[in-house]
Amino acid sequence: MKKLALLLAASALASAFATSAWSKTLVYCSEASPEGFDPAMYTSGTTFDAASRTVYNRLVEFKHGSTETEPGLAESYTISEDGTVYTFKLRKGVKFQKTDFFTPTRDLNADDVIFSFERQLKADNPWAKYVEGGSYEYAEGMGFPKLIKSIEKVDDLTVKFTLNKPEAPFIADLAMDFASILSKEYADKLAADKNMVQLNQKPLGTGPFTFVGYQQDAVIRFQANADYWGNKQKISDLVFAITPDASVRAQKLKAGECHITVYPNAADVEGLKGDANLTVASQEGLNIAYLAYNTTQAPFDKPEVRKALNQAINKQAIVDAVFQGAAKVAKNPIPPTMWSYNDKVEDDKYDPAAAKAALEKAGVKDLSMKIWAMPVSRPYMLNARRAAELMQADFAKVGVKVEIVTYEWAEYLKQSKAKDRDGAVMLGWTGDNGDPDNFLDTLLGCDAVGGNNRAQWCDKDFDTLVKKAKVTSDKAERTKLYEEAQVVFKKQAPWATIDHSLVFVPMSKKVSGFKVDPLGYHRFDDVDVAE
Amino acid sequence: MLRFILGRLAILIPTFIGVALIAFSFIRLLPGDPVMLMSGERVMSEERHAQIMHDLGYDKPIAVQFVDYLGKIAHGDLGRSVVTKKPVLDDFKALFPATLELSICAIIVAVLLGIPAGVIAAVKRGSWLDQTLMGAALVGYSMPIFWWGLLLIIFFSGFLGWTPVSGRISLMYFFPAKTGFMLIDSLLSGQKGAFSSAVSHLILPTVVLATIPLAVIARQTRSAMLEVLGEDYVRTARSKGLSPFRVVGFHALRNALIPVVTTIGLQVGVLLAGAILTETIFSWPGIGKWMVDAVFKRDYPVVQGGLLLIAGIIMIVNLIVDITYGFINPRIRR
Repeated sequence: MKKLALLLAASALASAFATSAWSKTLVYCSEASPEGFDPAMYTSGTTFDAASRTVYNRLVEFKHGSTETEPGLAESYTISEDGTVYTFKLRKGVKFQKTDFFTPTRDLNADDVIFSFERQLKADNPWAKYVEGGSYEYAEGMGFPKLIKSIEKVDDLTVKFTLNKPEAPFIADLAMDFASILSKEYADKLAADKNMVQLNQKPLGTGPFTFVGYQQDAVIRFQANADYWGNKQKISDLVFAITPDASVRAQKLKAGECHITVYPNAADVEGLKGDANLTVASQEGLNIAYLAYNTTQAPFDKPEVRKALNQAINKQAIVDAVFQGAAKVAKNPIPPTMWSYNDKVEDDKYDPAAAKAALEKAGVKDLSMKIWAMPVSRPYMLNARRAAELMQADFAKVGVKVEIVTYEWAEYLKQSKAKDRDGAVMLGWTGDNGDPDNFLDTLLGCDAVGGNNRAQWCDKDFDTLVKKAKVTSDKAERTKLYEEAQVVFKKQAPWATIDHSLVFVPMSKKVSGFKVDPLGYHRFDDVDVAE
Repeated sequence: MLRFILGRLAILIPTFIGVALIAFSFIRLLPGDPVMLMSGERVMSEERHAQIMHDLGYDKPIAVQFVDYLGKIAHGDLGRSVVTKKPVLDDFKALFPATLELSICAIIVAVLLGIPAGVIAAVKRGSWLDQTLMGAALVGYSMPIFWWGLLLIIFFSGFLGWTPVSGRISLMYFFPAKTGFMLIDSLLSGQKGAFSSAVSHLILPTVVLATIPLAVIARQTRSAMLEVLGEDYVRTARSKGLSPFRVVGFHALRNALIPVVTTIGLQVGVLLAGAILTETIFSWPGIGKWMVDAVFKRDYPVVQGGLLLIAGIIMIVNLIVDITYGFINPRIRR
């Protein structure tokens, strides 16, 4: 026992020494392993944190801690009158990073931009399938192959995108991870070496951090990029310590084994807040949980019935029970952190008596319905079963009998799309790019019926507004259109909006400059850690 | 003896094909497919979904897929992960040493403590020592791994600060994996303090993973010893005046060990199952968590390949156990 204690003491001492030699290293306890390091090929936030937000940049970037965009590798851009031609002026003198086997001979230019996109757009591009079984799902999902007509090099530092139709969210789309800019020279070298797969294993970009190494499922290491075109980084090293269990992440943070962690258990948040060495930053996530009625089936085809049911749900009770307060009741289909959020919209107030009366007035008697509860925990809805049970009790109070149904997750996603689905389905969404279009048209537009539009709701007034906003470049004008669309949505009530969950980021008090990102990223550029 | 070994080897081949069939069909019985789960809430068009399923070869009849798969296995190709797009074998090779290192440490601890505990409990049958040891074994056997692991972390890492919370080595040490076994790599690295850091990281996960096998081995040893201690030859040995240590240690234990060795062999499966939870709690980059993630994501090639490799390893371990019997008890060879 004595020997064991001695050994442990020695190792603790060794760690203490290490800390002093390691003073400018920021350790981030991340929640999972990245799928790979080519951000265009994957769709998970974990991969984006590890690959695109560290190593790469995009033509435009999301402002740190905001959904607004700002110039990135393009220092400026112009949009043609008809909204179909975007011309980007690239920043001069932007250097690519190095690896142990590659040193770039030139700075960033238009060829890199064209390479980064064309591989995702053209099936005959040699990089279209450089990894067996790989595909560019995000670009595909955002409709880029159909949207982009051509990308041309005007000169070394000017590149022109021509679209097939005007698309106002295009700039926001370009700030997304799949639009990261890679080095064509590096890709050419890998192709010449017949080692293309390295593009997904040894990323090389223009971003604030240089990739050093990845030990599978354990550690990812980065170093500050000394040649970075933006601010000089305050830390020298960045380490992702992959820690899948939330309770263990909390313990590691408390023990000083990491400086920042993510996704704490709701039950651990209070304990972490109480620790004198820690702070817990929080912000509303860019998400929504909703209950989508099938608006094509009686009696849910009547807005007055849907509104009456919405009045019967005690949403605050759901937030309290399921999130222990770590969420906010939702009244609009977009989260409050998003531009164009219409705060003037009044929510359907919880009022069982009024709901009962409204149902009677609408001629609805002895209504039985199904509520679909997700079998998995999602950031926007931690426990769908519990929420469904609370709704079941709420509806019982107004004389509506509810049967809760659930399916295995993949089956749930598939069957809930069906136009003739029986019942109201609980689901949610986390925004991709901070543009209201990504919620309002994607989830409620007429083209999404039978797909993402789980309410199967096609309202001409609403659809006209969001379609118009999609092709309008003027942001003030778009804001007005989206605000109006939210009014129509509330009046028509295709969904019961449930909640926007809060995102918590516990961190050591030694950390400064970290901003909770509304888009769900964990970014470490410009973050500092005290010695 | 050679015929005995060859006979056992011949049984391995049909067993292996059977395992391949089970692994192959089992994951496909679950509803949903990897492509749909990859897209999550984002609805993928039917055409796109069909295209990707086609590219992956999942639109062919199941029987054709299985025959293709067997053909690939024969060439040593276990396919690529649908999620990470990396070859399954590469991932397995990178992750398996971590699981193996942890499992070896756990089984060593379980055997070194379990057998003496079982022997003592048998010899002191009915005494407070026997009851304490067997009570502890019962508690150990019933302990939910997840809860036990967290409890140890909170007490030893959080409260006492004696051991690190999780991981395989302190993050300050950074060296290429030569063998994949952290104890060996840390020694080879020559970095000061690396080995002791690796040892300190191994302590808690080893204790957690060893708990159930230790309890099983202790109980099995006790019951086997009790049976043997009542045998005539043991009485004869005693009556000949041999020291109690020789009677128990050489005459009784050797015969009692046969069922115990079987139990130890069977613990390999228990260890791999326990590794799933232990690896998750201690952020241990092994194959346990890799496989579970693959099941959730319907990553067919990883589940199939992983199961095959694990089953292959268990079969080989069992073969070794069978051969060991042959040595312990020559009658089995016939």
